[in-house]
Amino acid sequence: MHELSIVLSIIDEIGDESEARDLHDVEVVHLKVGVFSGVDRNALLFAWELACEGTPLERSHLDIETVPLVIYCANCHQNLTPPSLYQLCCPECETPSQTIISGRELEVVSLEVAA
Amino acid sequence: MSTRIVEVRAKILKQNDLLAHALRERFQTSGVSVVGLVSSPGSGKTAFLEKLLSGLARDFRVAALVGDLATENDAARLKRATPNVRQITTGTICHLDAQMIEKALEGWQLDALDFLFIENVGNLVCPSSYDLGEELRFVMLSATEGEDKPLKYPTIFNSSDVAIITKMDIAEAADFDVTTARRNIESVRPGMQIFEVSAKTGSGMLDVFQLLHDQHAHSRETRPALQIEATQ
Repeated sequence: MHELSIVLSIIDEIGDESEARDLHDVEVVHLKVGVFSGVDRNALLFAWELACEGTPLERSHLDIETVPLVIYCANCHQNLTPPSLYQLCCPECETPSQTIISGRELEVVSLEVAA
Repeated sequence: MSTRIVEVRAKILKQNDLLAHALRERFQTSGVSVVGLVSSPGSGKTAFLEKLLSGLARDFRVAALVGDLATENDAARLKRATPNVRQITTGTICHLDAQMIEKALEGWQLDALDFLFIENVGNLVCPSSYDLGEELRFVMLSATEGEDKPLKYPTIFNSSDVAIITKMDIAEAADFDVTTARRNIESVRPGMQIFEVSAKTGSGMLDVFQLLHDQHAHSRETRPALQIEATQ
């Protein structure tokens, strides 16, 4: 489980942003996590609780937007979600594709802070 | 209490990505080809690497970094092939990151090397998120692990460049169906190059050496540095 390392990176990022932009009382941290990022949503939520205990982020929570895997099919000329994470091919014509359009995201999108 | 939304739009692993990018540039200008090895524990990374190092050491200057949670055993093993080996003990951390690589390289003259191998901690999940600045990533799967390993760990197989099927000498005894394994790799990573090897008997290793020779020649040609010194 490397989600604790990921959470510590998120906390660092929030620390930098808070200092640079004078933010206090972060209530919600909005994340984008791709299904192909190698990071597990539940483990991330668990690690967040653990890492924030006793810190100024203790009352905050994570809001995770899960980004589906999308590939480009060179045969159909369109972006599509493959049948599964272990079948990287077009769901319509079954042409294999290694052109990944989305699904690897691991981003802090925004913070909700006290107004 | 009312709240407001502050846009951030930052990659969570941007520190690691930036560092990996800087390392990649350093490797390129130094003319060293860097190959990362990932696999589950016990799939034969160290035996394979031992063969690679001793085979390449005849014509090239080679080095290796090897990651484990604990012990220096792997480094001791690899030192039989080359003295340029450093162990990275991660403690409780399940993967290597770019910062560990940078630190482990301290004091090494990169332009005095042709190949650097980075053996990750045995783990098919966590290493997939961390770029180490390597030029090629080898994902390894042993004949004793079952043909469906790639399907179970699609992220790491997809984020790798080359698949190595190890322990082919005992494939038959392990009832390993290499055709199915190949099809599964192709399913999670279309177009991936696949090698079948046995570090014990040496079978298939020549093809891997050939790939590394070609890769090294290619990176030397496209190297951004001013001067390419003659190889020994």
